[in-house]
Amino acid sequence: MTGGSATAGLPAGGLPAGGAMRVMGSETEYGIHAPSAPGANATMMSARVIQAYAQVTRQRAAGGAETRWDYTDEEPLHDARGWTLERSAAEPEQLTDRPPVLDAEAVALAYGRAELDHDGEEESGSLLMNMVLGNGARLYVDHAHPEYSSPEVTNPRDAVTWDAAGDLVALAAVRRLAADPELPPINLYKNNTDNKSVSYGSHENYLMPRSVPFGEIVRGLTPFFVTRQVMCGAGRVGLGQDSSRPGYQISQRADFFETEVGLETTIRRPIINTRDEPHATADKYRRLHVIIGDANLSETANFLKFGTTAMVLSLIEAGLAPRVELHEPVAALQAVSHDTSLTATLRLADGRRVTALDLQWMYYEAAAKLAQDTGVADAVDGDGHTHEVLERWSATLTALDSDRAAAASSVEWLAKLSLLEGYRQRDGLQWSDARLGLVDLQWADIRPEKGLYHRLLARGRMQRITDDAAIGRAVTEPPSDTRAFFRGRCVSRFGADLVGASWDSVIFDLPGHGKLQRVPTREPLRGTEALTGGLFARHREAGPFLAELLGRSPGS
Amino acid sequence: MAGQEQQQPQSRDTEVAEDLPAPPAAPEAQASDATQGVDDLLDEIDGVLESNAEEFVRAFVQKGGQ
Repeated sequence: MTGGSATAGLPAGGLPAGGAMRVMGSETEYGIHAPSAPGANATMMSARVIQAYAQVTRQRAAGGAETRWDYTDEEPLHDARGWTLERSAAEPEQLTDRPPVLDAEAVALAYGRAELDHDGEEESGSLLMNMVLGNGARLYVDHAHPEYSSPEVTNPRDAVTWDAAGDLVALAAVRRLAADPELPPINLYKNNTDNKSVSYGSHENYLMPRSVPFGEIVRGLTPFFVTRQVMCGAGRVGLGQDSSRPGYQISQRADFFETEVGLETTIRRPIINTRDEPHATADKYRRLHVIIGDANLSETANFLKFGTTAMVLSLIEAGLAPRVELHEPVAALQAVSHDTSLTATLRLADGRRVTALDLQWMYYEAAAKLAQDTGVADAVDGDGHTHEVLERWSATLTALDSDRAAAASSVEWLAKLSLLEGYRQRDGLQWSDARLGLVDLQWADIRPEKGLYHRLLARGRMQRITDDAAIGRAVTEPPSDTRAFFRGRCVSRFGADLVGASWDSVIFDLPGHGKLQRVPTREPLRGTEALTGGLFARHREAGPFLAELLGRSPGS
Repeated sequence: MAGQEQQQPQSRDTEVAEDLPAPPAAPEAQASDATQGVDDLLDEIDGVLESNAEEFVRAFVQKGGQ
C-alpha cells in the first residue's frame, strides 16, 4: 500500500480473539418527513439534510470539514457465495458504486415530473449528496433517506457511541433547517418503517477473516438472528408489512424479510445478506453486512446488538457455534416478533421445540465458554469489553424471563410497550388507534424535546452504556484505534486539500502536483492514532504531511 | 441455567445508590408511586405528542430503502 511507509513494521491485526472485539460499524437510514410540505420529494429533502450539515461543519471548521465520496472500490454486486451479479440483472438501486447525480432528469425518472415541479428546485444538480465527516463517518443520500454510516470501531461500546453521534449529526441538520425561514422544517426518525408497506434499513458491518466458509456463517448466524430481536428489537405498532392487522410486535423489520440468504437489500430481503464488499484487503477479509437489525435508540439494546453478534461471529470462526437448525427460519423470525409473551416455541430441524429465549441461552452458554477459554472475558485481565457484554446478555435474558418491568429500562421494545400500555389503560385505546401509531412514530423522533425515547431517557428510565460527553466528542472526533482516525483527521485537518475519501482511501489534490494522490487505507486496524498521531502532530500543511507519509523528501 | 445468578446490571449512574438500600415501601405505597410515575409521564407526553395524530401518522409516507 502506498501509505505503508508510515505504518511499516507494525502489526496489522491484533484485536483479542474469542470475544466481543472486532472491527465493526453501523449504518442508519433515517425516516424523513416535512409535516408542512407533505408532497416534498424525499431525495431532495435528504439532500437538503446533507447540505444543512455541510453548513454546520463549515461553521465549525474554517478549512471545510467535508469531503466527497470516492466510489472506486465499491463492489455492490459481489456475492459472498463466490460470484458477481451481472449489472444488467441487478436492480437499479443495487448499483451503489455510482455517484448519485441528483439532476432534474434523474429525480423525474425516479419519482415523476410532478413531484419535482412541486418541490420547485432549480439548482438541484448542484446539491451535495455525500460527505465524509471529521469523525470518520459518511453522511449521504441513500435512495430516498439521509444515511449516516459510522466510522469503523473495534468494540460494541464505541459502536454505541459513534452510532449515537450520528443522531446528533442528524439533529444538527434538523436544527439548521428549522432555523431557515426559506425551507420547510424536516423531521428525522430513527426507525425502520412508515407502517404503510415501506421499510428502510439499519445495518451493521463486521469484519471477518475470509477463510471462514460462508456456509458456516449462514448456519451459525441464522438461529441467532431469528431470536436476538427479543433483546434488540425496537418494537412496532401493527402487524404485517402494511400494518393491516392491529397489534404490537417486537421488531420493526421482521415482517419485511422474505428469504433466508441473498444479495438484495431492498427487495426479497434476506436474513443473511451476501453483499461482499470488504472495503479492505479482499483476500484477507470479508465484511459481513447485516441487514436484519432494528435501528436502536436504547443504548443497551444497541450494545447487545453489536456485542452479542460479534461474539457469535467469534464462535463461528472457532467452529463452536451451537449446532441448531431452525425449521423455516423466515416464518420463525416473524413468529418470534409477533409473540410479545416470549412463550411461543420454534421447531428445530431435528424436531425439538424451543423458545426464542432458549435459543439465546444456547448461544450465550457457548459464547461464555469460548470467552472464558480464551481469557477475554476476565473482568480484570480480559479484553475490557467481553465481560460486560456477557453480564448484560445474561441479565437481559434473565429479566425477559422473570422481571419484564426491570427489562423495560434496557430492552427497547418493552420500554416502548410500557408507554403504549399506559395509554391503553388510561384512555382505553385499541391497538388500531392513531394515537398509539403516533407514539410509535414519535418514539423515534431524534429531537430530545419531541422524541419519546428521549423523554424516558431524561427521566432516568433508560439504562446507559455511554454518556452525553462521549457522544458529543464522537460527533467531531474519530475513534482512535482504526483507520477512521486517519480518514477523520485528514478531513478535519486537510479538508481543503482533499477531493475524495472512502472507507479504504483518502485522495489529495495538492497545488503544484499534476495528478491526484490516493492514499489507500485497506487495513482497517492501521491509520490509528498510535500509528499516525505523530504525523498529524508534526505537520500543519498537507504537502509535507503527505511527503512524510509517502516516504518522500518534502517538495519532491 | 448459567447466568441466572447474575445481578441486574446497573448503569454507572446508579451504582452508588445501590449501596444505600432504601427502606422498603409498603406495597400499596409502591403501587401508587408507580402509577403516579406513569401518570406523570403520560401527562408530559400528552404535551409533547404532535396534534392531530391521525393526520400526522397518515402523512408519514416513506420511499423504499435498504
